[in-house]
Amino acid sequence: MSKITLQDVEYVAGLAQLELDQAAKERLVHEMDEILAYMDKLNALDTSWVEPMMHALDLTNVFRGDEVGDSLPREAALANAPLHDGEYFLVPKILETEEP
Amino acid sequence: MTPWYQKTAWETRRAVVAGDITAAAVVESYLGRIREADGKVDAYTQVWQDSALAQAAEVDAAVQRGDDPGPLAGAPVSLKEVLCTQQGHTTCGSRILNGFRSPYDATAVQRLANAGAIFLGKVNMDEFAMGSSTENSSIKRTRNPWNLDCVPGGSSGGSAASVAADECAFSIGSDTGGSIRQPAALCGCVGVKPTYGRVSRYGLVAFASSLDQIGPLTKDVRDAAVVLNALCGQDPHDATSAPLPVPDFTKALTGDVRGLRLGLPREFFTEDLGPEMRQRVELAVDVLRAQGAEVVEVSLPHTGYGVAVYYIIATAEASANLARFDGVRYGYRYKDARNIREMYVRTKSEGFGQEVQRRILLGTYVLSSGYYDAYYLKAQKVRALIKRDFDQAFEHCDAIVGPTSPTPAFAFGAKSDPLEMYLSDIYTISANLAALPGVSVPCGVTEAGLPAGLQILGRPFEEETVLRIAHCYEQHRGFDMGKPALKSHARQ
Repeated sequence: MSKITLQDVEYVAGLAQLELDQAAKERLVHEMDEILAYMDKLNALDTSWVEPMMHALDLTNVFRGDEVGDSLPREAALANAPLHDGEYFLVPKILETEEP
Repeated sequence: MTPWYQKTAWETRRAVVAGDITAAAVVESYLGRIREADGKVDAYTQVWQDSALAQAAEVDAAVQRGDDPGPLAGAPVSLKEVLCTQQGHTTCGSRILNGFRSPYDATAVQRLANAGAIFLGKVNMDEFAMGSSTENSSIKRTRNPWNLDCVPGGSSGGSAASVAADECAFSIGSDTGGSIRQPAALCGCVGVKPTYGRVSRYGLVAFASSLDQIGPLTKDVRDAAVVLNALCGQDPHDATSAPLPVPDFTKALTGDVRGLRLGLPREFFTEDLGPEMRQRVELAVDVLRAQGAEVVEVSLPHTGYGVAVYYIIATAEASANLARFDGVRYGYRYKDARNIREMYVRTKSEGFGQEVQRRILLGTYVLSSGYYDAYYLKAQKVRALIKRDFDQAFEHCDAIVGPTSPTPAFAFGAKSDPLEMYLSDIYTISANLAALPGVSVPCGVTEAGLPAGLQILGRPFEEETVLRIAHCYEQHRGFDMGKPALKSHARQ
C-alpha cells in the first residue's frame, strides 16, 4: 500500500515553500514512499518506556553575562543582500492592498 | 627526494621551523601540484594563490625573527565549501549561495590561521553536505584519485580527494553522518569526526545541528592529532561547544595498545559488508591483536535502525535550518516576483538542487502535524536506544572497531536510488547519533586498487584512545598504502 499520495507531496511542498513540476511530484511520490516505508521498520520496536534523546550533550542552560558585545557592522550585514537601501533589506510587497 | 607536496603537515612544520625550507617554497610546491593534478581530480573550487603566498611570507618572517610561527606553521590546508571564510566565497556547493561572501571566519578557520596554517583554497562537497559521493555538488564533479571513474565519497569528497592527490597537506571537512570518515576511507586518507561539542560549529553552515561536527582529513594519524590540537576547545560563539579541557592529542600516540580492549560489533560484520572489505578489516584487527590489544565481541542491537533514525532526525533538522535561505538577506533571489510568497517559492525551487529538495520535503513531512509522533519523536527514542547500545558496549571494551564503509569507492551514477545511497552510511551514522568520536584509517587496497578504511569509535571525549589505536595500527600495518595514480581504470 502506498503511504504517500500526490496530494501529500503537494501539501508538504507547500509547507516547505517549494514548487515542483508534475514529473518531480510523481518521482517524489515514489521516492518518499520507498524511504518512509523503510523508516517504518522503527515501528517494530517498543519504545513506550524510552525517553527521547533531545540533545547530543548533557548541557543545559548555557548562560553568558548580559554584556554588550561587538556586532556586525551594518554595511557588512547588508553586503550580501540581493536588494537593500543602505539601511534595510528590501523585499516585494508583503501585504496585499484592498482594491479601491 | 620526496617532493614537499607529499609530506605531512608535521614534517612540513618541522622543516619550516628548522629553516630547511621556506613556507613560500612549500606553498609553491603545492600550487604546482594543484596545477598538475587538479585538472584530473577537480577537488578545488577556489585556489587562493596570492593570499597563500602572502601568508607563507608571514610565516617565513616569523621564523626569521625567531618567533614561534605556530604548531601548523607553513602547512597548506584546503577547506570544505561549508566553512565560512571572509576570503573568497562560501557556497556549500549550492546555487543558492553562489557568490556568497561570509562577513566573518568560522572559529575553526580562525584557529587554523592562529596556528600558522596556510589556506590554499576551498574544495568541493555535496550540496549542503547532503550526500555520500559529492555527486550532489552544483559546482563540479570531483573524482577519486585512485580511480578517476569512481566517486571520492562524500560529502567531504573534495577534502578527501585533495589530501589523497597531495594537493594539500591536510583538509578540513564536516561530518553529520559520516561525511569525513567515509570519503577518507574511499580515498585512502585519515579522517576524524571529533565528539559532538569538541570543535566549535560557529561558522559551519548548519545541516543537522545536533549531529554536525568539523574535523580533519590528513595523510597520517599524527597530523590528525596535531590539527585537532588546533581545532578543539570551547567557544563562546557556540553554546554547544563543550566546556572541557583539551589534551595534547599527540601525547596519546604512544604506539602501545597493550591492555586496551577492542570491541567488534557483530552487527557490523553481516552480509552487508563486502567480502574484500571484511577481509581487510579482519587483517587490521589481527595487527592490533598482535600488538597486545584484547579483542572481544560486542553487540549493538539497534544498528539496523540507524539509517532510518538518521534520515528522520537529519532531514527534520535540515528542513528547519535551510528555511533561512529565502532570498532576503543573502544568496540567490528570484528577481521577478510579484509578491513575497512567490519570491520565497521561486528562490528556493531554483536555488536548491534535487537531493536538498528531497530532504527538505522529507524533513517537513516527518515534522508535520499528525506525523511528528510517528516519525520524529519515534526517531528520538530510538536514537536514545542506539546511544544506550554504545554505553553498554563500552562497559566491555575501550573502543569499537569495524569497517568505515560497506564497499570501496563506487562508479559515478552507481547509486541513483536515494535509499541505496543512504545505506552506504550504515557504519558511520551511529557515531553521530550517539555523539561519539570516530576515526577512519586506511587498512589496505582492494584487488581493483581502491582503498579500504578501518573505523575506530570511542567513548565521548576519548579522542585520545581512538587516535592511539589508529596510530598504533598505522605504525604496524606492515604495508605502505602507496600513492594513487590519478588514472581511470578504463585507461590502465
